[in-house]
Formats: sequence, structure tokens, C-alpha cells
Amino acid sequence: MKYTEDDLEKELETQEYKYGFYTDIESETFAKGLNEEVVIAISKKKNEPQWMTDWRLEAFRVWEKMEEPEWANVRYEKPKFQDIAYYSAPKEKPKLNSLDEVDPELLDTFKRLGISLDEQKKLANVAVDIVMDSVSVATTFKKTLGEKGIIFMPISEAIQEHPALVKKYLGSVVPTTDNFYAALNSAVFSDGSFCYIPKGVRCPMELSTYFRINEGGTGQFERTLVVADKGSFVSYLEGCTAPSRDENQLHAAVVELIALDDAEIKYSTVQNWYPGNKEGKGGVYNFVTKRGICENNAKISWTQVETGSAVTWKYPSCILKGNNSVGEFYSIAVTNNHQQADTGTKMIHLGKNTKSTIISKGISAGHSQNSYRGLVQINSRAENARNFSQCDSLLMGNACGAHTFPYIEVKNKSAQIEHEATTSKIGEEQLFYCNQRGIDTEKAIALIVNGFSKEVLNKLPMEFAVEAQKLLEISLEGSVG
Amino acid sequence: MLKIENLQASIDDKSILNGLNLEVKAGEVHAIMGPNGAGKSTLANIIAGKEEYEVTNGAIELHGEDISELAPEERAHNGIFLSFQYPVEIPGVSVTNFIKTAINETRKAKGLEDMPAKDMLKKIREKSELLEIDRKFLSRSLNEGFSGGEKKRNEIFQMAMLEPKLAILDETDSGLDIDALRIVANGVNKLKSKDNAVIVITHYQRLLDYIVPDFVHVLYDGKIVKSGDASLALELEAKGYDWIKQELV
Repeated sequence: MKYTEDDLEKELETQEYKYGFYTDIESETFAKGLNEEVVIAISKKKNEPQWMTDWRLEAFRVWEKMEEPEWANVRYEKPKFQDIAYYSAPKEKPKLNSLDEVDPELLDTFKRLGISLDEQKKLANVAVDIVMDSVSVATTFKKTLGEKGIIFMPISEAIQEHPALVKKYLGSVVPTTDNFYAALNSAVFSDGSFCYIPKGVRCPMELSTYFRINEGGTGQFERTLVVADKGSFVSYLEGCTAPSRDENQLHAAVVELIALDDAEIKYSTVQNWYPGNKEGKGGVYNFVTKRGICENNAKISWTQVETGSAVTWKYPSCILKGNNSVGEFYSIAVTNNHQQADTGTKMIHLGKNTKSTIISKGISAGHSQNSYRGLVQINSRAENARNFSQCDSLLMGNACGAHTFPYIEVKNKSAQIEHEATTSKIGEEQLFYCNQRGIDTEKAIALIVNGFSKEVLNKLPMEFAVEAQKLLEISLEGSVG
Repeated sequence: MLKIENLQASIDDKSILNGLNLEVKAGEVHAIMGPNGAGKSTLANIIAGKEEYEVTNGAIELHGEDISELAPEERAHNGIFLSFQYPVEIPGVSVTNFIKTAINETRKAKGLEDMPAKDMLKKIREKSELLEIDRKFLSRSLNEGFSGGEKKRNEIFQMAMLEPKLAILDETDSGLDIDALRIVANGVNKLKSKDNAVIVITHYQRLLDYIVPDFVHVLYDGKIVKSGDASLALELEAKGYDWIKQELV
């Protein structure tokens, strides 16, 4: 009858991955391995112009000389990069005008994920660009967006249709030389999304992309580029879920955001990659480089809910180049069982009167390790820069860990920096209190976790917040008893 | 309503209750008094089903059914409410959200639908007026930064919302100033009916001036050693507990 830490732990680890299924869609996969020929073949497959091929090759040559970073607070078996197939696409890429033409099996997959396109179109006013195994198979709402001059399409198409824009901005925030995974992504990225909001346009709907890894043993290298021209606004949603797999899957995405003068980009992510089973076997490696640059008076907000992946290495960052620019980072990172996350942000203050806010909520359960790593850098010319950071950790059970690694570099005396950190634990007293009011332990944990994460959940767009809450519950609740 | 027979309980092999008997009928108010360490809070927690205590012997019956194997939430669903001596904080969960969840979980356990938002609102309004609770208070995180008095008032507010059959008030008067005490006691009195019962656990006579008990029991060394009517509380107030200890020798 006694409810101990061990019972709590047991309860938390008994939630198997809900979306563990595999869609049987015929696909074409390159042989495993990576060399210049493979890079050229990927580029050719996508019918890319020479400059793009050269760009990839340059990235590949840089990558070859780089070493995998080891400074993160995570332990894992390194991927064998020559054992990965670097291209996989559904064999027939259909041109679709409506949902009726979409492969029924694919539609079924989305239904099982609880993200029916139909429903989303009707209720949420969301344009969805589905990325399934690296190649987009459906793009919706293109017409509505087209009328405003908004470009929202797979990046492979953008390279064909808007080469000048892509060439100007691709790699401008995350250069090919930036880091090991960014270089790898630059060399082999198969697809992703491109978004351009013209001057002064407020994007009338949330732009949304759902990513999935589907083919076993296939690395996934998404590339996202969002350009908000002067005075424009866009809210971009990215959500992922992946089917259950025994072998590790590598995900090394790059996201670049460009907010020109007076523009604002709100970028929200709900990440639910397969985290591995409760013994820590399998699961996705999520090594992502996300960065945005703000020109004068521009603003970039990153909001992320990270519940999945076996290993997460991710630091959505803001370069506050322009005067009066604003960077925000709101994060919930949940780790359970043997998951490891090393995540946080970098706020680089270059312009005058720049302002940044960091709210990080880490929730650890089981045997997981959850690290916040954040850099706040105030450069010498950044007069009157301000930062507020808050890092809260919530622990469940005795076997997990929460770590905070804040880096603060200030080279200008006028800067104001605040850093707050707390660590708390879901206690038996809290659970008993909830139980006594008729709330069972499973629901009590969900309630406490949602309360803890509230400041960040509130930053998500409505339709995403519901999904995020659901994911938090799935990640942490176990069957009681 | 509640019948406890020969209850023996321990924590970490330390015996705390040593054969306790208590019967509470619908419509009654019982006060349990006693010196520190007598086992008053333990009794409250055991009735509510706190799992760290081990019941080694005896039975607890509610409405004629043995509840000693039920989980705390099941006991709550059956109408047991404990007003905590030290209510816990739950950051980010508002008073409203918490009570809404508690009510709907209890309804769910009974196979009922969620309470319609309109009814919930009406009820919250009514009960918060009863306890003179400001609307702003309801949006605050549960017990976070609450004063001692606010915490206790919030407990009684939850009691009012949940309408339990058996309410156990564990040291509800501690931390209350005289005005708050009056409001809380007044609230409890208004919630009293012939269908429910209240157990008041207290050190002092003070609260019993407002919530007048039908029975007063003295708990000492894990047993009820003396029972009487309201006058017993006055006697204890005047003479302390020592005379009872001496009586026992």
C-alpha cells in the first residue's frame, strides 16, 4: 500500500510509445554510405542547379574534416555515418490538388497520429506541408498564401522556383562550417520547407509542417529556411512524431530564420520522436541546429516542447544583430526512462537596446538526464542590452538528473542580466494531497507537470497547446496500479 | 457513518495508534483533542488513506463498508474530505483549475459527465461568497505564497465545493487570526447538515466556541481515553491534559 519513490518510478516508465507503427509505403532508398558521389547523386536526383551541388560538395568537404562534438552532457553510441542511407523518398511523387488524391494509407497514418488534415484545414485554419520521408507529398493552402505573395513550399521546389531567394539566404545564419551536424545536413539534406513573407505582410494563418521518419535506417536531414521581409509577421509550427524502431535513427536538421527590419517570426515546435524503449534501446538521435537572425526592431520567438528522442542536442538561438531587436526562447524538455537531453539556447546581443528572454522548464523522470545549456553573450557595442533567464527543473523519482549550464559573457557594462534557477521534485505529499481530493496519481502528475510548464505552454498557438499537453501526458503518465 | 474499531497503526515500526475506537453518525460533530504526539494527525491521515502508515489491526468502515483497502482517491470519491494541517503548494495550477479537476475526477469515478462550465461557475461564485473569498484569489496558484489563513480558508472552500459526507478538519484553526477563524467556522457551520458529519481535530478550545461539538474525545497515547460533551473541552482548556494522564495511571 505504501507509495514509495520506487513505485513512482515504476509508474512513470510503463508508458510505451503510442505512435509505434510503421507505414508501408513503397519507397526508394539509396545504398548506405556517404561520399562525394552520393552528395552529387542527391543533388542530381533533385535536379538542382550547379551552384547548389557545389554548395553541398563544399559542405561535405568541410564535414569530412570535422569531428563529432563531445562537450554535451550526453552519452550514446555514435552513429556509423557510413551505415546510413542518405536519401529516401516515396517512389512516386504525386502531384496533388486535394486530399482525395493522397495515398489513403498515408491519410490513415495521420489519422492514427490524431492529426487529421481534414480536421486541421477546417478547424485550425492551418496550411500543412507534410514531410514524409524527406519529400513533401502534399502542400495545401498554397493558393490563399499565394494571393498574399507568401511563398511556402518544399525547399527542393524553392530551389527551382525561387533560386535567387534561396541562394541569398541559405547558409547565411547557419554556415556550412558551423558545426559537424550542420555541415552534414548541408551536404545531404533531402528536403524541408521554405517560407518567404513579403514586406509588410502578416501571414493570415499558422504555417505548419509535420515531420516524420518512416524508413528504417534512414537518416533524416531536413532543411528549413524562413525569411520574414521588412515589417512582416509569421507564426510557424513544426511538429514531429516517428514510428517505433529498434535501431537508432539520426535526425540532423537545420533551421534558419531571417527576420528583417521590424519583422517578427514565431517558431513553435512540438517534438515527439521515438525515445527508445524503457531499457533505453533504440530511439532517435536528434542533433539539430536552429538559429535566427534579427535585424533592427525585429523579433524572433522560439517555443519548443521536447518530449521525444533518445538523445537531444538542440539550441535554438537568436543573433540580435539589429538595434532594439528581441529574442525569446521558451522551452519544455521532458525526459523519461533513459532519454538524454542537452538543450537550451544562445542569445547573442550585438545591437543596441537588444532584449532577450529565456524560460526553460526541464522535467526528468526514470533514469533520464536533462541538461539546460544556455549562452547569453553581450558584445562590446551592445549598449543597454537586457536578458532575463529562468531555468526550472522538476524531478520525479531518485534515478534521474537535472543539470544547468548557464554561460554568461558580458563585454558591455551597461548590460542587465538576470538569471534565476530552481529545482523541485514531485513529492509524495503533493500526490497525496491530490489523491485526497479525488484525483488519481496519473492525473495528479499531469496536473502538476502542466502547472510547472504553464508559462511555456501559454506561448504556444492554441491548437498546438492542446497537442503539447497531450504529449506531456503521454510522455509522463504510466498506467497506475 | 464512520466506524473505527480497535485500530492499530504504525509508521516505520513505531506504533502510533493502539486500539482506537470511534463512531461518528450523520449529523454529528466530533472534536478530537489531545496533547502533541498523541496521534491526532495520524488518525486523520489514516482515515484519508495515506499509504506510509501501516494499519496492523482493526477496521475502518464508512457507511458499513470496510474502506481500509481503498486508495486515497477512492475514499475521497466515497465522500471523505481532509482539510490539511499543512496544505501543499502546486505552482502553476490555479485554485479554480484544481477544484474543477477534483470535482470532475470525482464525477468521472461515479460515471458522470464533467460538470457543465456554467454550473461550475455558479457553484464557485456561491461558495466563494460563503467564505468571503476574493475572485482574484481563485486564479492564484494553489497555496503558493498563501498566508496561513488563506491556506485554511482555501481548504474549507474546497470542502464546500466537494460537499463531502465526512469532513476531517486537521488543526484548521492553527494560523488563523480571530476574523479568519470566524469566517472559516461560519462556513463549516453553514455546510453542516443532518446528512454529513465533521471531525474537528484541535489543540485548543478556541475553535470549538464557533463549531460546537456534540462529542469531545481525548486522544492520548494512540487511544481515546475519555469522551464527553462540549463541556469536556472547556475542562481541558482550564486544567490541561495532565489530570487525564494521572487518571490513567
